[in-house]
Order: sequence, then structure tokens, then C-alpha cells
Amino acid sequence: MNWEVGSGLNIGVILLTVIIVAAMLIWVERRLLSLWQERLGPNRVGPFGLLQVVADMIKIFTKEDWVPPFADKFSFVLAPAIIMVAILLSFAVVPFAPGVGVIDSNIGVLFVLAMASIGAYSVMLAGLSSDNKYALLGSLRAAAQMISYEVFMGVSLLGVVALSGSFNLREIVLAQADGWYVIPQFIGFVIFLIAGIAESHRLPFDIPEAEQEICAGYHTEYSGMKFGMFFVGEYLGLVLISSLITVLFFGGWMGPEFLPPIIWFVIKSFIFIAFFILLRAAIPRPRYDQLMSYGWLFLLPLSLLNLLVTGAIILST
Amino acid sequence: MLKLIQDTLTSQVHTLWLVFKHAFVKADTVQYPEEAPYMSPRWRGRIILSRDPDGEERCVACNLCACACPVDCIALQKAEDEDGRWYPEFFRINFSRCIMCGFCEEACPTNAIQLTPDFEMAEYVRQDMVWEKEDLLINGTGKYHDYNFYRVAGKSIKGKDKGEALNEAEPVNVRSLLP
Amino acid sequence: MSLLFYLAAFVAVISTVAVILQTNVVHALIYLILSLLSVAVIFYVLGSPFAAVLEAIVYAGAIMVLFLFVIMMLNLGQHTRDQEKKWLSLKGWILPCLLAGVLLFQLVSVLSSYDQNMAPETVGVLEVSALLFGPYVLAVELASILLLAGLISAYHLAKK
Repeated sequence: MNWEVGSGLNIGVILLTVIIVAAMLIWVERRLLSLWQERLGPNRVGPFGLLQVVADMIKIFTKEDWVPPFADKFSFVLAPAIIMVAILLSFAVVPFAPGVGVIDSNIGVLFVLAMASIGAYSVMLAGLSSDNKYALLGSLRAAAQMISYEVFMGVSLLGVVALSGSFNLREIVLAQADGWYVIPQFIGFVIFLIAGIAESHRLPFDIPEAEQEICAGYHTEYSGMKFGMFFVGEYLGLVLISSLITVLFFGGWMGPEFLPPIIWFVIKSFIFIAFFILLRAAIPRPRYDQLMSYGWLFLLPLSLLNLLVTGAIILST
Repeated sequence: MLKLIQDTLTSQVHTLWLVFKHAFVKADTVQYPEEAPYMSPRWRGRIILSRDPDGEERCVACNLCACACPVDCIALQKAEDEDGRWYPEFFRINFSRCIMCGFCEEACPTNAIQLTPDFEMAEYVRQDMVWEKEDLLINGTGKYHDYNFYRVAGKSIKGKDKGEALNEAEPVNVRSLLP
Repeated sequence: MSLLFYLAAFVAVISTVAVILQTNVVHALIYLILSLLSVAVIFYVLGSPFAAVLEAIVYAGAIMVLFLFVIMMLNLGQHTRDQEKKWLSLKGWILPCLLAGVLLFQLVSVLSSYDQNMAPETVGVLEVSALLFGPYVLAVELASILLLAGLISAYHLAKK
């Protein structure tokens, strides 16, 4: 066993675990939603309904993979691959525990932001190539939402970067040894949380794929495994945002000694995943223009102010 | 700005907390095939044809149920036996059309057709949704235990002539001058 | 490292050629993004990770998204594709190709005279920022004022 950062075994295990966790989130989300809605949720397939994921996978793999004749085939097929690749690549810089991780990059935070912006192409190309008015509306909304919220996401992270003095996510975790950054950077944390939800277009910010208004938005025309890739991509985004919050604001793998570091990381990330699902269970979707004006008129000034005050405090001490 | 923060705290965060509290409430779900849900006796489910307390068919083939049916799912044909009793020669309910509205039960003058609290009527073949009289008829009185149409009605049948029914006076001889 | 460089350069050249030859605008745009990303890889290989990531975020991630956004609004169909095909006739290509060949020859001859040291030192984020806010602070401030002016005028035009 060779547990070094970047070893082949490490990469393989992380890749597999991340994808399996994302697939299991289908079950977790449905169980948690039903818990909060006083239902039982899927509990028939296997113990506690755990094999529901397998059943869903069999269904989604054997479904007809239909490409509409009016679609632009090249971008139609490319779009679901982009989101999977972009988000899986982002996991490369996430430090899971000491010795567990794919790469310790000096530009980790920036790399995540870059991959998030590449991921925006997926939804745009999907909507554009579907040649469907709902899909087009969905991807227009997605484009506007993702570009806007990337800005605040980046700016809200800069407070953490300024405090730790590094773009390297592992060093950011190590810099939190005496105190998690959620305390000095609480505003940054809140903004990153909101921007993260908007970035992974989860409810309540799932305006690009609002079922009620534009019938699933950009993936209206997708079926079979291509739809499955969007679906798993969304859960991968959820895992990514949760683990990033853990790394940036909640001390990553740090925790009392009685549990191994990786367990602490998993527990912290899972709390945020559960919180995202709680948001989905509780909060209704805002209107599109409300979302945009909330972002530009409230979150952007707030995040800039946060950065300014953080910089001033760092300089004065 | 302050108002927005206040709204966020009082509305959104409060909502989150309220929904989170539901985690500690017992689920309302009834695990159906293992756990039978309580069905009220007046539930409008599968339709049956009942018998009177003597064990004879209650249905007198009056066709009122077929007339009342808004989706025309009831078909029957009147026949008469040697006793003088009317009965349906066939009685057919197409449950693939039936909407369980209960109008037939309301219309029935003899309490023959009744709706029961049974709803497990799924079939694999659509033709099996058409139920004939032998499928519909039960060996019991259903919801009304004492009612017997011929015992209270003026119609004469074998073994019960006119005027012999319950609470029925002797027929008046209209040709006689005396009371 | 030099293998990575040549691979990325190869992808960049091929995709840039594809941008020009592609008649479908959306496909051309995808190739352009690919070309920008491969240039980002080249930056990384040449020891400038910060520039590489900025290339990916700013050019591939933000500006090209806006291009795609505009294309979405334009409702381009078969007729634009036909028009593009017409413009790509061989006759209009001969002279530009010849002139570009001359430039390429010059470029190759100039580049071949340099010593080909492929292992430069890495320029990290810290060095770049120290330079930006040290000797070049005036340029940064001027650029930011320019951007602010652009922002305000865009806001003004959008308000109208």
C-alpha cells in the first residue's frame, strides 16, 4: 500500500469513491427528503432500500439513449461529458486527509474556479444543441446564473486565501490548525454557500432546470445515460461544494484524535450535504430576476466589503 | 439591507428549522401490502351484488343503476322466474370504466348493488376487468342485514300474495260498494 | 515536460485551424475554447501556473461563455452555415495563405536562432502579484479605472 498524494492507488480509490458516493446520494437524498416530509422514502429494494441505486442504474443504462433528429449531435453528446469531466477534475485538488489526495497544487483554489467555469459550458451547450425552446430558456438562465455567481464565489474565497496566504488547499487546511476560518470569515462562508448552491444549480436555485416552468430546462431532450450523467454530475457538484466548504472553512480533516482524519472529513462533508438537502426540502425557488438582483446588488457588495475588511485587519495586525 | 438580513433570519432560517424539526416526527406512511390501511365501511370500492336474508338475489333488474351510471359501465338484462320474481339474466360491470362514484348504490331501490371497502382490483389483462354476475354476487346481505325487498313490496310472488307483505293492508276491492 | 508542451501545442494548432474551417458557429466556438485551454496547458508547462489558470478562468470560462450567450440569442441556422461555406472558397484563400507562409518562415527562423531551453523557473502567484502591485501598480490602477468606466457605461446603456 502506497498512500502518498498522487499515487496511482490513491487516484483510483478517490475517483471510485467519489463516483460511488455521488450515486449513493440519490438514495440519501430521497431518504432524507422523506424524513423531513414525514414519509419513509425508498425502502423496498434491499435493506433500507440501499439497492435502489442499483435499480436506478439498471433502469438508466437500459433506457433508450435517444438523440433528437433536430439536435446538433456533436455538442449534444459532448455536453454531459463536460460537466462530469470538469467536476471530477476539480476533485483532483481537494485534500481529503494527510496523504490522501490527487495533487497538491499551488493554484488549487483557482483550479476549482476554472473548472467551475468550464462546467458552465455543459449546460449551455446542452440547451443550445437540443434545439428546444425550454432547453434554450433553461440554458440562458443557467449561463447568466453561473457566470454571475462564479464572481461572488471567487471573491468570497479570497478572504480565506488572504488569511492563509496560499492558494494551495492543503496549506489552507493546515493553516486552520488554531481555528477554523468559519469564525473570522463567516460572511465569506455564507456567500460561498449560497454561490455554491447556485453554481451546482441545486434547489432552491435550480432555476435553469425548473420543472414547473420550463420542464427540466436544459436537459429536457436528454434520456438514458446522457441524462444520467447530468444527474450524477449534479450530485458530484453537491459533493464537491460540500467538501470545499469543509476544506476552506471548517478545517478539512482536522478534528479530535479519537477518529482518523478521513472520517472527520467525511462527517463534516456529509453534514453539508445533508444541509443542502434540507434546503431543498424547505425553501422554495426564487424568481429568476430576484436571484440575479440578489446576487449583484447584495452578495457582490457584501463579498467585496468582506474582502476589504479582511485585508484591513490582516494589514493592521 | 438590514431588512433583507432580518427577513432572511426570520423567514428562511426559521423555515429551515421548522422543516428540520420534522425529522423527529413519526412518518405517516402506511406500509401497504404488509400493513393494511384502515378502510371506512362507507368507502366506495369494488361493487358487489348482495342477497336478501333468505338467500335470494336482491337485484330486481330495474335498470336504475345502469341509468344512474355516469360512465355507462353497468349492463344487465331482466328476466323473470316461475315464482314471479324478477332477476337479472346477466349483470355485467366493466370495472375498467367504473369511477366508483356510488350513484348505482344511491339509485338501487332494493339495496342490491353496494360498494365495498375493497380496492385491490388490478388485473394484467384488460378483459379481466369486466365482471359478470357470478363474480359480483356474494352470499350475504352486505351493509343492510334485515332488508328484504319482496317482504315489504306489494308485488305478488309465489308464496306471498298481494296484501301479505309487511305493514301491507289487504287490497281494496274497488268493485264492491261496501268499505 | 517537453512532450506535454508539444502535445498541447499540437492540439492548439489543430483546434485553431478547426475554428477557421468550421462552418457551424457553435462547433467553431467549442474548438476555440479547446484552443484556449491548450494554450493554458502550454502556460503551465512553461512554468506559469497563474497565467494558465487565469487563461482558463477569464478567456475560456468567462469571455467565451458570453460569446456562446450571444450566439444563443442570434438564432443561427442552416442559412448562416451556407453563407460560411460560400466564404470558405479556395480563391480567397491563396493570397492570405502565401503571406501567412512568409510570416511563418520568419517566425521559425527567428525562433530557431534562440537556444531552446525548455526548463524555465516557475513563476508562482506570489511573484506575479508582487510585480503587479510593485513596479506595475500604475498600470493595474489604470486598467481598473478603464474597467470601472466600462462598467458604468454598460450600466448606463442597460438602464436606458
